[in-house]
Amino acid sequence: MKSLEDLKKMREEALKKVEMREGGKDYRVVVGMATCGIAAGARPVLNRLVEETADKDYNCTVTQTGCIGMCVYEPIVEVYGKDGEHTTYVKVTPDMASEILSEHIGKGNIIEKYTVEEARKGAGE
Amino acid sequence: MIRTNVLTCAGTGCSASSSGEIFENFNKLLKEYGLEDEVKVVKTGCFGLCQKGPIVAVYPDKIFYSHVKPEDVERIVSEHLYKGRVVTDLELSDEDLETHEKILDIDKIKFYEKQQRIALRNCGKINPEDISEYVAMNGYEALGKVLSTMKPEDVIEVVKNSGLRGRGGAGFPTGLKWQFEANQPGDEKYVICNADEGDPGAFMDRSILEGDPHAIIEGMTIMAYAVGAHKGYIYIRAEYPIAVHRLEIAIQQAKEYGLLGKDIFGSGFDFDLEIRLGAGAFVCGEETALIASIEGKRGMPNPKPPFPAVSGVWGKPTSINNVETLANVAQILLNGAEWYSSIGTEKSKGTKVFALGGKIKNTGLVEIPMGTTLREIIYEIGGGCPNNKAFKAVQTGGPSGGCLTENELDTPIDYENLVQAGSMMGSGGMIVLDEDNCMVDVARFYMEFIVDESCGKCTPCRVGTKRLLEMLTKITKGQGTMELLEEMENLCHEIQDTALCGLGQTAPNPILSTLKSFKDEYLAHINDKRCPAHVCKDLLTFSINKDACKKCSACARQCPVEAISGVPGKEPFVIDQSKCIKCGGCMSACRFGAVERV
Repeated sequence: MKSLEDLKKMREEALKKVEMREGGKDYRVVVGMATCGIAAGARPVLNRLVEETADKDYNCTVTQTGCIGMCVYEPIVEVYGKDGEHTTYVKVTPDMASEILSEHIGKGNIIEKYTVEEARKGAGE
Repeated sequence: MIRTNVLTCAGTGCSASSSGEIFENFNKLLKEYGLEDEVKVVKTGCFGLCQKGPIVAVYPDKIFYSHVKPEDVERIVSEHLYKGRVVTDLELSDEDLETHEKILDIDKIKFYEKQQRIALRNCGKINPEDISEYVAMNGYEALGKVLSTMKPEDVIEVVKNSGLRGRGGAGFPTGLKWQFEANQPGDEKYVICNADEGDPGAFMDRSILEGDPHAIIEGMTIMAYAVGAHKGYIYIRAEYPIAVHRLEIAIQQAKEYGLLGKDIFGSGFDFDLEIRLGAGAFVCGEETALIASIEGKRGMPNPKPPFPAVSGVWGKPTSINNVETLANVAQILLNGAEWYSSIGTEKSKGTKVFALGGKIKNTGLVEIPMGTTLREIIYEIGGGCPNNKAFKAVQTGGPSGGCLTENELDTPIDYENLVQAGSMMGSGGMIVLDEDNCMVDVARFYMEFIVDESCGKCTPCRVGTKRLLEMLTKITKGQGTMELLEEMENLCHEIQDTALCGLGQTAPNPILSTLKSFKDEYLAHINDKRCPAHVCKDLLTFSINKDACKKCSACARQCPVEAISGVPGKEPFVIDQSKCIKCGGCMSACRFGAVERV
């Protein structure tokens, strides 16, 4: 290490290790990971979310939660905004997860067709 | 890809409650659940809330678990980390005093809400054995900035303007201390970090070294650059094995990255650092004794002047700063003098770390801005005395300090105010005493410590404190007289005037400060042969009220010396005073409150 520039490089690399302890992100992405979620395929969804968030540096943290109570719609991914408003995406696949990240977190656009409201309409509820 | 960090406390306190085993269980179980590539377990420094330890934190969920036992790990892994369900019964929580609602957000919990962490900023956040985590938290940036853009005199100017004062206790302005050494001629100069923390109950320096050792290395390197030194010593007691171990790792890592050694940051500045272990003598925290010990001599103080800034270790100019002082240095250089001096009171800037102990609910480590009141620390952060006992006093400043009472609780804490109130800042030990503490006994405890730790070089301290202890012991045994009390007070003042070093001069403080605020307790011992707090054994008598006695024999069975006799179910029990050792066993054994203590 011979300059501030070297230190900066080292810090950027190291930040990945600790940034999840800092908080301060705009969005919180929560995956339902109870038995129902895991059985429906929530684990690959979670892994995709974690990897892409780190890769593309999305402004969100990814955490998991237990059963949300709508087991039939699992895997469920909920996106919480800074003001507490939240969107529930259902029957999420890894590819849908990537889309949620790029559209919702990246651009701020809610993908209506994946939300629980749409799914319910489709099911005639 | 790592999605979750599990932080386990690896400070001395939690390590003593098997946090090492907890760490291993996590690693083992994460493997069993196939989560080892998703969840990383990190050993970190003290979280501060030692009362609730061992503590485990899960990020990014920001969930804190308290009182975690090795066997709880399985539940945390299978429920929380695998299925996303928080294990609520282990969760650290607080109760809102008005609404009685459970508070789970760690930043809103009373213990943390009032704190402002500068010296402890990385403790409980980073892995102290990994330099890259320190760098991620802007570590070594201040050093880089100093070495590439600032002159030594600019550094001193910033530290002076920040208002930083020595956190070891006396509160000498740090910038001024550095200036004195910088002004000395010659190019062989030294810097020392005083990590010989010895006040009973104080552990802030240990926790900083255990939780954030690189902050001390960075602070010392900046100090060395400012004063023109190329060699530094960290003087630390051997009783702090975890801190020593982490320091060794940190120094090694800093050397590997070129942050210690030759030509740091390509600036041409060389600095090397060495650890010196002390054998654990209280007096070695005194700077001239500490220097003697580093030189391999017996740890005894020398008269000042010459001050260490002129003639310190090996007779060369030396600056000595306490651990906590140094932990502030990099932050000041990074954020500016104005930022630092905006925190605190007019004469005491920044924050102070206190080790809260004694009769208090939330034992632990707290860092508060100067100017916070004792009441806020003891009641709002510390949660007050447990078991609804009444608060009696708080001892600050260690053996050289004093006891403050209810009347002084609203005093905003700073160096001057504490001295004016009859105590001192000291290194930051804060021991809370409740109605069950006898103040004469407290004074005796500290005096015993001082007698043990007196180095013996000067007569007033060596002989004087021994005599003081004898007098105090007499009073606690009911053999005190008013003449003795007067004699004791006179001796106190003589020691203050004639002892060689700061420790000797302040040695009578435990007596003087308790006499000032609690003279009535001394008088009760002397005149009434009574200990109001029921602590001094020689002044206690246990007896059984024969009307209240249910003749159950519980007391007699509990008594270790068979001093209690009676016939179960028939005759009330009686204590034979000649055999009684006053252990109080019968009193706690009796379920009917028939045992009385006078």
